[in-house]
Amino acid sequence: MKVLIPSSLLSYTKAPKVEASGATLTELLADLDRQYPGLRFRVVDEQDQMRGHMRFFVNNEQVFDLSHALRSTDEVYLLQALSGG
Amino acid sequence: MARTTRKSATRKPVTNTRVKRPARRRPASRVLILVSTRKGAWLLHGDAARKTWRVDGPHFLGHIINHLVLDPRDGRTLLAAAKTGHLGPTIFRSTDLGRSWKEATRPPAFAKAPEGEKGRAVDHTFWLTPCHANEPNAWYAGTSPQGLFRSNDGGVTWDPFSVINDDPQYRAWMGSVQDGTPDGPKLHSIIVDPRDPAHLYFGMSGGGIHETRDLGRTWTSLVQGMNVVEGFDAANMAVHDPHCVRLCPSNPDRLYQQNHCGIYRLDRPSNEWTRIGRNMPKHVGDIGFPMVVHPRDADTAWVLPMDGQTVWPRTCPEGKPSVYVTRNGGKRWQRLDAGFPKSQAWWTVKRQAMTADAQDPVGLYFGTTSGELWMSRDEGKRWACIARNLPEIYAVEVAAV
Repeated sequence: MKVLIPSSLLSYTKAPKVEASGATLTELLADLDRQYPGLRFRVVDEQDQMRGHMRFFVNNEQVFDLSHALRSTDEVYLLQALSGG
Repeated sequence: MARTTRKSATRKPVTNTRVKRPARRRPASRVLILVSTRKGAWLLHGDAARKTWRVDGPHFLGHIINHLVLDPRDGRTLLAAAKTGHLGPTIFRSTDLGRSWKEATRPPAFAKAPEGEKGRAVDHTFWLTPCHANEPNAWYAGTSPQGLFRSNDGGVTWDPFSVINDDPQYRAWMGSVQDGTPDGPKLHSIIVDPRDPAHLYFGMSGGGIHETRDLGRTWTSLVQGMNVVEGFDAANMAVHDPHCVRLCPSNPDRLYQQNHCGIYRLDRPSNEWTRIGRNMPKHVGDIGFPMVVHPRDADTAWVLPMDGQTVWPRTCPEGKPSVYVTRNGGKRWQRLDAGFPKSQAWWTVKRQAMTADAQDPVGLYFGTTSGELWMSRDEGKRWACIARNLPEIYAVEVAAV
């Protein structure tokens, strides 16, 4: 599925839209980390919590749980929150 | 940069029978200043006289750089503790003095908590210390919240070091966010005894000072003689707030400490700190963040007083910047302020943002949270601003290159 990458992570992906797969957000992030080593730890911490200034959207709806189920037609957005920077 | 040496001057033959040897000159070396800021890192390359500085930066524009350190063992590996306003923490590594960087593949991170328990997450790596000279490529890192980590491969991968991070006693001593700085509690001042790689110290704000003589198998605390904020119980380790601890390179049995509550000196084998800050002038006080020790004279140390009264402004007392030096282990302190503004200068200098080089005379350097970098070429007698308009300065280190 399509994943939109925020500007702060372009140093990893080199592209603002990438393809990744996973049945849940957790699996998707594992796939992203496999493709772009180090990316996952910048958005999810070692206790598997979403980092405070990152936002996760699936099809324009904000998601707060990494176990959120995904379909192959979903669009996932990783966004920088306004609270950061 | 390669070390340069000057050839001895050619001398005329002497007429008596004793042959004088030419005076041995210290190999020339240049100073490299490493400036860590809230918005990136800058390297300043000095000329041989420490008079002009070539600015190299920004590196990592927009990244929060907590500490940037050059490995003194190889003179070219740089480690930068970094995060951004949105992204989690990491370590960047350069082996060519900052021309190119690679990210650590496993930055410092706490262990995943068992099911049902709440674990901690590293917010940022705060302090980097190279390991002993005979442990090349090994580094220690202190984090916020408090954690102790070690890398054995030049900063590429990091693992928890010793029991500190998850030991119930140390976790209790680390306290909560209320027992740390406004930016989170820190593990800092990681010190390696140059005589013995198994002999280490570290400090925690809060959480006191701790020592191991067996490379982290066992630890003892070292807070005797240290004051705490009035009202708190000094028996509670969590409320001990050492700001910066330094070991004297010329006498590793002597340590100086700038604490939230005063300036202290410790002479081993004693375990009791002496509050040498009581000898500072009363109208200035002995609160501050950095502590800088002379590379060759263990009786000499410098502090930069910060106003710690009322609401804890943490600015120059009375708006008059000063550095104070002791040349007799803290018995007497002398004010040094030639070149500083005389009034209405409300600087804050963080604990990692003041340092000394090893030249003769010693050069001193500090950076303010208002983005100014100041230095003295004569051990603090006279000061000059060598860079302005930088972002908030978090740390200043110097290295001989």
